[in-house]
Amino acid sequence: MRRVLSVLAGLMAAAWSWEAYKAAGNPEGTVLFGVRVLPRADDLSMPHLWTIVQRLAGPETTGGRPVWLVVLDACLFTLGVTAAGFAAGSVVGLILAAAMQRFRIVERGLLPYVILSQTVPLVALAPLIAGWGGTLMPAWATVAVIAAYLAFFPVAVGMLRGLQSPSASGVELMRSYAAGWWRTLVKLRLPAALPYLFPALRLAGAAAVVGAVVGEISTGTRGGIGRLIIEYSREATSDPAKVYTAMLGAALLGLLVAGAVSLLELPLMRHRRHVEVVTL
Amino acid sequence: MKISRILLASVLALTACGTADTPTTPAPGAGGALTPVKVQLQWVYQAQFAGYMAARDQGYYSEQGLDVSLLEGGVDIVPQTALAQGRADYAIAWVPKALASREQGAGITDVGQIFARSGTYQVAWKDSGITKAADLAGKKVGNWGFGNEYELFAGMTKAGIDPGKDVTLVQQQFDMQALLKREIDAAQAMSYNEYAQLLEAKNPATGQLYTADDFAVIDWKTEGSSMLQDAVWANTEKLGDPAYQQQTVKFLTATIKGWAFCRDNAEKCRDLVVASGSKLGRSHQLWQMNEVNKLIWPAAGAGIGVIDEAAWKQTVDISMTTKNQTGDTVLTKAPEGLAYTNDYINQAIAQARAAGVDVTGTAFRPVTVTLAEGGS
Repeated sequence: MRRVLSVLAGLMAAAWSWEAYKAAGNPEGTVLFGVRVLPRADDLSMPHLWTIVQRLAGPETTGGRPVWLVVLDACLFTLGVTAAGFAAGSVVGLILAAAMQRFRIVERGLLPYVILSQTVPLVALAPLIAGWGGTLMPAWATVAVIAAYLAFFPVAVGMLRGLQSPSASGVELMRSYAAGWWRTLVKLRLPAALPYLFPALRLAGAAAVVGAVVGEISTGTRGGIGRLIIEYSREATSDPAKVYTAMLGAALLGLLVAGAVSLLELPLMRHRRHVEVVTL
Repeated sequence: MKISRILLASVLALTACGTADTPTTPAPGAGGALTPVKVQLQWVYQAQFAGYMAARDQGYYSEQGLDVSLLEGGVDIVPQTALAQGRADYAIAWVPKALASREQGAGITDVGQIFARSGTYQVAWKDSGITKAADLAGKKVGNWGFGNEYELFAGMTKAGIDPGKDVTLVQQQFDMQALLKREIDAAQAMSYNEYAQLLEAKNPATGQLYTADDFAVIDWKTEGSSMLQDAVWANTEKLGDPAYQQQTVKFLTATIKGWAFCRDNAEKCRDLVVASGSKLGRSHQLWQMNEVNKLIWPAAGAGIGVIDEAAWKQTVDISMTTKNQTGDTVLTKAPEGLAYTNDYINQAIAQARAAGVDVTGTAFRPVTVTLAEGGS
């Protein structure tokens, strides 16, 4: 209950500061030494919240479906893509982490590339992966691949730290029981890794959303919120509120995924103490 | 949904063949199995691509034995690269950009110059007194960059302005807000898109939409610095293969029919673009259809798609000599190899003409489109 209230309060504060800036800010923006330090507050750049709400209720184009329904549909599509990417990325991340924990040589050989993988710009990657659409997999799945590509990284790195976290005495105890690698993994390492895993999953959830939205924008894949953002932003000149409806949708999607991921940990983390975790 | 529509279209087309109103080549493989063909567009469905969409939905492609799928573009999709890498069989791309990719090794050939004319404008407020390129001196000039800016730079250079010194260059977003807010004095705009967006915006002072009287347009066609834009590009290496040659002729024949259909049925083509899920409104799409028709029709000379040598030369010359703000030219040397050929488009025109299609459209008259607020 308190959580819900605090979320609502946060939303109210955000809405209030938007309108407050509109009221107090310079409509032409604030320019210091030729650099714009504060954005314009006029209706073209920052439409009133009620204009955006009105736009949500209005039809997309004459006679079309209402905007809120279109945005919701797009969010659901992207949610599906994000979920697929998140699941695939997490599984890949977990497998990589286990392999790196098991074989030191794999860790040495692979970890630099895992880190390197995140420095490859999506701009270069997206068109390549988009090319798989329609032949290897449906178009939406290529976006899920991009989401998974961003999502696997925090899981792999975080989980590796977690699997390596048990103390030497714990590991030695397991060895004295003649427990093999698998049994040690299940009985000792996995439980110990949970506090590392969940923050990693939260990062992965956020990364999957970003990956899905950016992937859609980049490859122009139809149906999702990313595609809607670029399509609506083309109308920014004549219908500025419309862009914000799509952005609201994207923000909502991010919150939803973050919430869903934190729900994952409820059953597993109830009696565990939270540990300060720094990934990487 | 989409598949069923394509199926329906092809079924309709096949029955149309049955009534034999056009003597078309029979589909390869007497069973009527269609050859799948992928075409990469530059952007999402809009009237700029209506001719291809009409050829698909009217069954002109399936008449030719082709099952054409039109791949929509995205922010990072470069059509000519998709073509060169084999992700598409044909690509629609602007000539200078495609030539730049060619110079970097993409093996592609212009086989049909669908847009004979350029649709790039530089738009200013009427009260700014800017009416021609020379007036841009000392002004804040918006440009898109990314290779979309060369007509502007060539135009200014031609008018005796040094784009590096005599104007303030501003990187422009893909909307027209900067011009509306008077942050810049002149903005780049496509006649069929951004210019229409200006006319769909409300003037806060009057509460009415802006009109063409509020703006002055510099048209690079009259300034003599226009470059060739939308063309059909094919894979150069595959053009050595007779099957691909044949397929190219078929694809172009059906494409010609599609564009002729949209010339004669602008509203129907608008409807099919809107029905395909375009987010831009109906009046905007009709405006775009009409403006695009103006870039194609009337098609002087042999007909639609034939590459005009003078226009090609002008495009290549500007590509080699005009520097943008970072001092780059589009091309460092003249295009080598088979950069363009009229072989296939001429065959396609002959076939389309034989099928009774008006390939020159000399009688074409643009319609007057009234834009609604927000283009709806």
